Amino acid sequence: MTQSVVIQVGQCGNQIGCCFWDLVLREHAAVNQKGIYDEAISSFFRNVDTRVIGDGGSISKGKIRSLKARAVLIDMEEGVVNEILQGPLRDVFDSKQLITDISGSGNNWAVGHKVFGSLYQEKILEKLRKSAEHCDCLQCFFIIHSMGGGTGSGLGTFLLKVLEDEFPEVYRFVTSVYPSGEDDVITSPYNSILAMKELNEHADCVLPIDNQSLFDIISKIDLMVNSGKLGKTVKPKSLITSNAGAFKKQQRRPFDAMNNIVANLLLNLTSSARFEGSLNMDINEISMNLVPFPQLHYLVSSLTPLYTLADINVPPRRLDQMFSDAFSKDHQLIQADPKHSLYLACALMVRGNVQVSDLRRNIERLKPSLQFVSWNQEGWKTSLCSVPPVGHSHSLLALANNTCVKPTFVELRERFMRLYKKKAHLHHYLQVEGMEESCFTEAVSSLSALIQEYSQLDATKSMPVEDIPRLSVAV
Amino acid sequence: MSIVTVQLGQCGNQIGFEVFDTLFSDSHSSQGLCSKKENEAYQASCKERFFREEENGVPIARAVLVDMEPKVINQTLSKAARSGQWKYGEHACFCQKQGSGNNWAYGYSVHGPRNEESIMNLIQKEVEKCDSLSGFFIIMSIAGGTGSGLGAFITQNLQDQYSNSLRMNQIIWPYGTGEVIVQNYNSILTLSHLYRSSDALLVHENDAVHKICAKLMNIKQISFSDINQVLAHQLGSVFQPTYSEEGSFHYRRNPLGDLMENLVPHPEFKMLGIRNIPQMSENSLAYSTFTWAGLLKHLRQMLISNAKMEEGIDWQVRPPISGLPALGKMSLKKELRFNTSIANLVILRGKEVQSADLEGFKDPALYTSWLEPDTAFNVWKTQRAFNRYEKSAALVSNSQFLIRPLDMIVGKAWNMFASKKNWERTVFHCPEDEDGWPQ
Repeated sequence: MTQSVVIQVGQCGNQIGCCFWDLVLREHAAVNQKGIYDEAISSFFRNVDTRVIGDGGSISKGKIRSLKARAVLIDMEEGVVNEILQGPLRDVFDSKQLITDISGSGNNWAVGHKVFGSLYQEKILEKLRKSAEHCDCLQCFFIIHSMGGGTGSGLGTFLLKVLEDEFPEVYRFVTSVYPSGEDDVITSPYNSILAMKELNEHADCVLPIDNQSLFDIISKIDLMVNSGKLGKTVKPKSLITSNAGAFKKQQRRPFDAMNNIVANLLLNLTSSARFEGSLNMDINEISMNLVPFPQLHYLVSSLTPLYTLADINVPPRRLDQMFSDAFSKDHQLIQADPKHSLYLACALMVRGNVQVSDLRRNIERLKPSLQFVSWNQEGWKTSLCSVPPVGHSHSLLALANNTCVKPTFVELRERFMRLYKKKAHLHHYLQVEGMEESCFTEAVSSLSALIQEYSQLDATKSMPVEDIPRLSVAV
Repeated sequence: MSIVTVQLGQCGNQIGFEVFDTLFSDSHSSQGLCSKKENEAYQASCKERFFREEENGVPIARAVLVDMEPKVINQTLSKAARSGQWKYGEHACFCQKQGSGNNWAYGYSVHGPRNEESIMNLIQKEVEKCDSLSGFFIIMSIAGGTGSGLGAFITQNLQDQYSNSLRMNQIIWPYGTGEVIVQNYNSILTLSHLYRSSDALLVHENDAVHKICAKLMNIKQISFSDINQVLAHQLGSVFQPTYSEEGSFHYRRNPLGDLMENLVPHPEFKMLGIRNIPQMSENSLAYSTFTWAGLLKHLRQMLISNAKMEEGIDWQVRPPISGLPALGKMSLKKELRFNTSIANLVILRGKEVQSADLEGFKDPALYTSWLEPDTAFNVWKTQRAFNRYEKSAALVSNSQFLIRPLDMIVGKAWNMFASKKNWERTVFHCPEDEDGWPQ
């Protein structure tokens, strides 16, 4: 069993991270009834005897004493991290695994990347090495950040290069929150494009998310639950946005529901690696199967069902609905429509009381309405995990490598060009040492190349499939 | 003589458990429909082949469990121990932490050499506990990373280290609609290697077994456990003890050797498939009776029309009329209707087995021109019933059954490999930077 380390950067990253750790603790608490520190828990937590001062406190087996998250928390202002350390999760984080500053990055990628990057490089390396040492077999770094700000975007992507150099064998999975249309940060296009270049070059796999989609999903759930149509039949803990059963009842913060969705995404992504099932899928299989070419590593994700009804015996019709929903554009975590674009590959990760026949039946049912690239007509990767998420009887995470990400990137480029043509706000960046206009032009051309690749694939959609003659065997 | 089973990867281990469970529960079943003495001889023979005894009496499976990550092996070991009837050896397993990531190259070139010594040592220990070794039974999938890559590596090693013992590989053919995206690459790499190092490949297709579960067993929500149990039943009907000769009452001693002798007359043709009849749910079994004539008629037509189960057989397919020249090179594009065999082995178990008439299988039209039916066809009859079926028949055949699925896999793998190169260079003439990436 392997371990993963979560690196949460900036306000967005840390807030999502907080929801994630809360959920993962609850999940393991529900599964691990005996309180024994087992391999599943060890993937995200260390077992520590807190009475021992210093580093000697790690315990590898036996009863759980005190769980410490395998996490590194980074933020260039103190507010968010302090709040976490005073909240119900304070004991889960190791106070030595924090890097904070006071002034923040001012929504400036250059400050986050160049200034704080060089300032904190040594410290970051030290914390990362420490967390790697605590792992028996480290497989993956999960980085959570936003693209539009300064710290998450700048320092978060600086990290990627550091990770690539220091731990070349370990996967880098990045969960990036992209700015929506009505983003409140004016410089977010600059920050995002500069960050995109780093993601293109140094990430193994990126899961783009945007706030607008998360918000739409929440609204839909609220509408359904409050409309009274479902009444008492919806299980209270089963909303994908719910943090019911959290340690302390606290006033729900505005982004909590949205962050819970992203936290669920990360949980479901790793569930088949942590828990048993009849068809396991480890994290290293994700990029092996879903990334046909190194540059095309952006995966559109969708989580269904959004809530489970109290009915335990799920009729096949409802299961099938779950599969159909996974492909609808309303359930994707970014503004994208995979059904009307071209699939390079698709992964279906099922949890709970779903069997292989349900999976095969739905693949065959949905296949005719989806377009796959000519050289990967049966591009499905499937996995079955027996352990359902907390409060649900079953769930499905669909990851698609699909050309429907292109519009997001095109729009981002347009917003960037609108600002850049006027050179608006540029001086804030250029006055940072190490920043030049070429940084901007390189970033844009990197994005343009990526868009070009997706366009080329789209162009093959309507082309007839060429039957390339096979090699003949010399007799 | 004993058989040492090597279970590789998630698939191999999950199936291996069901196989041992079926073998054990059948050999201890009270519904053998034979005398007590007969039953005891059957049990003893089964035990010699597949289990060994320890001091406290719980039989231990002659198996080595290998996987590159721990979850499945842990599950398999505990399931066996929980049954209370039999278990796996305490130190009979080898696992790592990271898995193979569905990467054949990882399984074959990294995990293989790295762990060669440990795995071969484990196998050696198990072999030493056999009085005499018939050979190895290696269970693996061809679509994943560990089963396929590491499986190919281990089989090669077994060929080098135990050149006098036989190797039969049980391989699982993936679903046609895709369960792993790189399954076609992994499959062809595995098959090409196994063809050189294995003595026989016993193939089970997920699609076929899935249909059996759906149509014959009437299971609504089919799980992998259901699929593996059907598989185990088919394997059990082949590997459980059989009389060594017509009319003798001694069980044959060298199951693998006899199988190879009967089924693999030519080293270039080693793909074997199993069909069995009847196959039904326990509920239906209580209400059914069979005649050998009916069972064998269906079985023969299943062979000829390449049907995998007794429902939906195409009765229109007929063997070519003898006397006419044998069909020449059959174009793969044409529907392959008649399934020609190189060799067939029918294994009959149960009541009145001596009365079964197998003339239909001796028709020369069923076979290739270069073998006489006398050599190509064999039958093993045993009185003792199998797995509570009053009468059961299994057909292991070396025939053309795998041509279409094999062609499909090769085609898709080639398509994936060739198209990508094509797309990059010919269709879009982009200038490339020094790393070969389009600018």
